Amino acid sequence: MKILKSIALSGLALAIAGAMSLTSCNGGGNTSKSDSTANASSGEENTILGAGATFPNPLYSKMFSEYNKLNGLKVNYQSIGSGGGIQQLTSKTVDFGASDAPLNGKQDSALSAPAVHIPITAGAVVITYNLPDVKDTLMLTPDLLAKIFLGKITKWNDPAIMAANKGAKLPATTIVISHRSDGSGTTNIFTTYLSKVSKDWESGPGKGSSINWPAGVGGKGNEGVAGYVKQTPGCIGYVELAYAMQNNMAFAKMQNKAGKFILPSIASITAAANIEIPADAKVSLTNTEAADGYPISGLTWILVYKEQKYNNRSLDKVTKMLKLVQWMIHDAQQYCAPLNYAPLSDKAVAVGDAQLKSITFDGKPVLQ
Amino acid sequence: MMEQSVDIKVTTRPGKDAGRVVSVKKTSTVSSNKRIRRSFRQIRTENVFRRMLVIVALCMIVLVLGIMVTLAVQSTLSFKSAGFSYLWGKTWDPVRDVFGAYPFILGTLLTSFLALIISIPFSFAVAVFLGEYYPTGWLPNLLKNTVELIAAVPSVIYGFWGLAVLVPIVRSFETSIGVEPVGIGIFTSSLILAIMIIPYAASLGRSMIHMVPSNLKEAAYSLGATRWEVIRSVIFPYTKSGLFAGVLLSLGRALGETMAVTMVIGNTSLIPKSIFSPGNTMASVIANEFTEADHPVYLSALIELGLVLFLVTVVINMVGKRMVSSFTNE
Amino acid sequence: MANHVKYRIGKSRVFQGLTILLAFACVVPLIFILIYILQAGLTKINWQFLTNLPKPVGEKGGGIANALIGSIMIILCASVIAIPFGILCGIYLSENKKSRLAYWSRLCVDILQGVPSIVIGIVAYFWLVKPLGGFSAISGSVALAIMMLPIIIRSTEETLKLLPDSLREAAYALGMPFHRVVLKVIVPCGISGIMSGVMLAVARIAGETAPLLFTAFGNPYMSFNMMKPMQSMPLLIFNYATSPYNDWHDLAWGASCILLIWVLALNIFTKVITRKWKVQL
Repeated sequence: MKILKSIALSGLALAIAGAMSLTSCNGGGNTSKSDSTANASSGEENTILGAGATFPNPLYSKMFSEYNKLNGLKVNYQSIGSGGGIQQLTSKTVDFGASDAPLNGKQDSALSAPAVHIPITAGAVVITYNLPDVKDTLMLTPDLLAKIFLGKITKWNDPAIMAANKGAKLPATTIVISHRSDGSGTTNIFTTYLSKVSKDWESGPGKGSSINWPAGVGGKGNEGVAGYVKQTPGCIGYVELAYAMQNNMAFAKMQNKAGKFILPSIASITAAANIEIPADAKVSLTNTEAADGYPISGLTWILVYKEQKYNNRSLDKVTKMLKLVQWMIHDAQQYCAPLNYAPLSDKAVAVGDAQLKSITFDGKPVLQ
Repeated sequence: MMEQSVDIKVTTRPGKDAGRVVSVKKTSTVSSNKRIRRSFRQIRTENVFRRMLVIVALCMIVLVLGIMVTLAVQSTLSFKSAGFSYLWGKTWDPVRDVFGAYPFILGTLLTSFLALIISIPFSFAVAVFLGEYYPTGWLPNLLKNTVELIAAVPSVIYGFWGLAVLVPIVRSFETSIGVEPVGIGIFTSSLILAIMIIPYAASLGRSMIHMVPSNLKEAAYSLGATRWEVIRSVIFPYTKSGLFAGVLLSLGRALGETMAVTMVIGNTSLIPKSIFSPGNTMASVIANEFTEADHPVYLSALIELGLVLFLVTVVINMVGKRMVSSFTNE
Repeated sequence: MANHVKYRIGKSRVFQGLTILLAFACVVPLIFILIYILQAGLTKINWQFLTNLPKPVGEKGGGIANALIGSIMIILCASVIAIPFGILCGIYLSENKKSRLAYWSRLCVDILQGVPSIVIGIVAYFWLVKPLGGFSAISGSVALAIMMLPIIIRSTEETLKLLPDSLREAAYALGMPFHRVVLKVIVPCGISGIMSGVMLAVARIAGETAPLLFTAFGNPYMSFNMMKPMQSMPLLIFNYATSPYNDWHDLAWGASCILLIWVLALNIFTKVITRKWKVQL
């Protein structure tokens, strides 16, 4: 009796659960749920899907939330990584991709149609270290940095480091190297810089979002590296500027191409981006020519197809998306600085505008 | 219970009818027809049910084969470029498209088995404690729920905790035994893994031990066996296959765990020199590099890593099964 | 003689002590972890936290309502797929111990447990997301269901295997057909073992990020549509825990705390249900 009843009860519960999930499966079909649509147009048209880089995710989520307040457009951006974003754009499961590195030749050829790059913001990679006895900011030259990460300089009191930091009390301890273990735009910027400044690095580990590190241990994510640096005396690592600033970490001054030692800051990153930007916006800011620019900086881009008529997309949706991107490179630049991102330089904005206007729908330009 | 009494009614009624005169034969055939129909229906449902079970079991095989085929298809690109040297290649260099999985295979096996060795005494202790010594009461109940909660902590949190708490402890331990004090490495990740896999062997073991028939235990007690002797000579042999299944489950979890391991293992593609040096596992390489893999060969090499891990699991499980069946034959 | 007995009793005592010691020793790290999470998370939880949508960095009062609902729906859907399938497969394996099919499917179950979650996510992506042409919560559910299967199947099988044969034979002797014997005698008798397997499986997937990354995708807004992207707790925890900002770290800790409490509550809830259902041997 009892068993029967409870079986019946649980069966009922299961059936209800099943029915619930079924109805929710059908939910999108004809009956639009009250909250999934804010205004009269259907939810499908009013949602834009994007995926890609992790690094600008906080900024993007701030921008998209503000834009939602202004226009009611819902943007679903997920930070699945630059590589993931490019793949999803290639397989057309998203409306836009986002990446910390411009598409290379192989990736371009994998796309079924040409894509345009629109720069959104700039960031920097900072060299963080744990030297409790060193009071002044550590100063590093490009050559030193490459030698340390190649494992060629192994002690903090190496004459080469002493020469760059006169008067600093450098300990005789071993340098412990910590790098990112997960593939990331941060690593890409960092290794691109090292490849530019050091022949040994270029012919050795090379550049990429994950590389074969000659020395050191890998931490997962910014917090993995930062956690390890904080705990280990004599440790050196690299993290995003925003992470170092938010968590009050010590970071080094880097010598740039002009020979100046530059402390990473929003101003010095924007300065680094104030160079001639090619019309396709594919440019690396590392080892910048700008005299006051911080040398390990990089842009981050939004990627969209140049021809927007594919997969039954409507002109309305495309226009909404492009207006959003236009807003991001103009009005929304005010949200960059409070979150420790560098606003675009005027030159970069001009290039972005030109890129946006080149986007077509069925052969006709969308934005005038 | 209700169902059975209904059944009995059905069988008795024709019996009563059979005792009556022939004139009622019509109703008797009707009811016996009903009975036959009913038993046919039962046989049919029984067959459907049996067939359903077979189909479900087949589905499992299809599912796993499907996963394997998907992985194999996606990794052909990498296989074409590297062939079998992928397995023992010692360099993993995504920049130059040189992919060798040997350091990661080694790292995976080292961490998993080390974790298993560390965790077995604990998980069996929990199983025996809850299954035999104190099966009821609030304290054992609390222990049981707590152990099951171990499985529920998101693994990224184990990673954070390991980095913040475990790594300094291991570092001071390494200093005291005179190894290079790195703190993170294979040993640390085995410790974290050992904690994470306790509930699988413990939970299955507990329900196994719980179900040992009490007459077996009582017989042993009546012969004068002590508690420990009962556990060793009655409970362990009786529950062997279940305990082993639990161990295999936890081994599987250890092989496939990613987030927590990747936070504390040090993630270097260099071949580990000792259990204290940093290393890398297959799962953590996939998790680390998959999202940013930016060209097809690289992506396919990572998926091939998944396939290799898959095959390693197959081999380990086959060997394990052989072992347990040779035990059972003795 | 007396010495020998004393020795044996002593040995037994020593092992009992050792068992108790080890059993409680393995709880110690968990308690530390729990304290670690509760300390960081409990203070962040309030009504707003449960009912609001996430807010960008620098705005107060962000919540996790969409992730909470999303997680519940995804896990519920995964359970609806995995529990009947898993229990049936477990029944087959326990009823056909020696058959060739059972050997191979048992092997497959053990292999499945060792497949890393991210690989299952990748496979689900190729099976569901690509053919369907977009991310959907249901594909996340399928990925999670695949992860639940091995635990449910193995615990069902091993529990049912140990039930005394007399039980089965008694039921057959009463003329019960096979499916009734299984569903009304065998399963209810082993229900506590099966349920603990189910609980373990739910607990296992509740915190999984990797299979959801390429399937359920995530969504900053509230969504009830299983065919569209949906947010979930592990995704939220992962994204927020890895961000640079303390506001978001707080959200992540609060969410982990909720996740734990939720699993605990589910655990207790199932226990109450199974107590009613369970047949005492």
